[in-house]
Amino acid sequence: MPVSLANSRLIYEALKECDIRLVSALPETWLVHLIRMADDDPQMTLVRLAKEEEAVGISAGAHFAGVKSAMLMQNHGFLASINGIVSLAQLYKIPLLMLISYRGSFGERDPWQTQGGNVTEAVLRALGIPYFLLDSGETLKKQIRHAQTLAESSLQPVAILLTRDLMWEE
Amino acid sequence: MLRLDCLRSVYSELEDCLVVTIMGAVAAELQSLGHRPNAFYLQHGMGLASSIGLGLALCLPEQRVVVFDGDGSLLMNLGSLTTMARYRPRNLTHVVFDNESLLSVGGFPTATSTGTNLEGMARSAGIPRVVTVRDIGNFQIAVCEPSNRKELTTIVAKVEATGPSGYVTDLSLLENRFQFRRYIQSLKQH
Repeated sequence: MPVSLANSRLIYEALKECDIRLVSALPETWLVHLIRMADDDPQMTLVRLAKEEEAVGISAGAHFAGVKSAMLMQNHGFLASINGIVSLAQLYKIPLLMLISYRGSFGERDPWQTQGGNVTEAVLRALGIPYFLLDSGETLKKQIRHAQTLAESSLQPVAILLTRDLMWEE
Repeated sequence: MLRLDCLRSVYSELEDCLVVTIMGAVAAELQSLGHRPNAFYLQHGMGLASSIGLGLALCLPEQRVVVFDGDGSLLMNLGSLTTMARYRPRNLTHVVFDNESLLSVGGFPTATSTGTNLEGMARSAGIPRVVTVRDIGNFQIAVCEPSNRKELTTIVAKVEATGPSGYVTDLSLLENRFQFRRYIQSLKQH
């Protein structure tokens, strides 16, 4: 499978270095290695979801409990979570670290992914969610750490878009 | 059976738990009995109270967590039943007040008024212990009995579709949120 194992490992190490102890996820192709790493890690609580919006509640519960968490999802899962993000995380000032695989952008071959690719960044901007595109392993750890720091200090959701260049090896 | 009477019957039991409620009548009625810092009232984000409870229960396995859900809210996040059942934290009690109605927006009937059976759905989702109760005595037993503390339990409580005259209380959302987290942090220091 051409999903980048090396970059998935870097992302997972970055999450561990941020003291993330709970990861919620809905499987998607680009995230398979990350989910497997969380599943294999006895120090990590992995919560497999039925729908991504549940993760907003689970991360809120983890935050109340003093546990740092991260959400792994596809951009369509982010789109499916919007009310939870607005009406729980933003309304109640809950930090969320959202790692979102950015499907449907340049290079996408699956026609069904393309509409979500068109709107992902516009929706993030409309919601006022700070985000950046992660496209290389070089500065990845620092960038993820910075995202997590901002989420915690500002008590709000932040998003990291995992790009094709980072996640896919052709 | 009135929801307020249900809440009153277990109010003292809740003192040692972490409590998460849905919006509207449930939040207002529990607050009318006396707000305590161990209660978080999710006044929006409909459907996610059970997910918050699951996150709390997984992260704090020594703490008992009680969620007061409703039929309208649970129907909006049915997948949560499957996720709770998948991890089945023993310290989580999931109470669903089923008044067959979206009371706080005008009393429109939900699907439980036309035959949808939340007990059956919870059971089929894999929740290990599921009961339906229709009177206060059985409600109190279901919430308080020690055997229900040993495994994940969903209690469907059939209640009347009546509630308080208003839903806004003088507890602000953020005050509640910060107080709740601080309360949990203080527990961890003991």
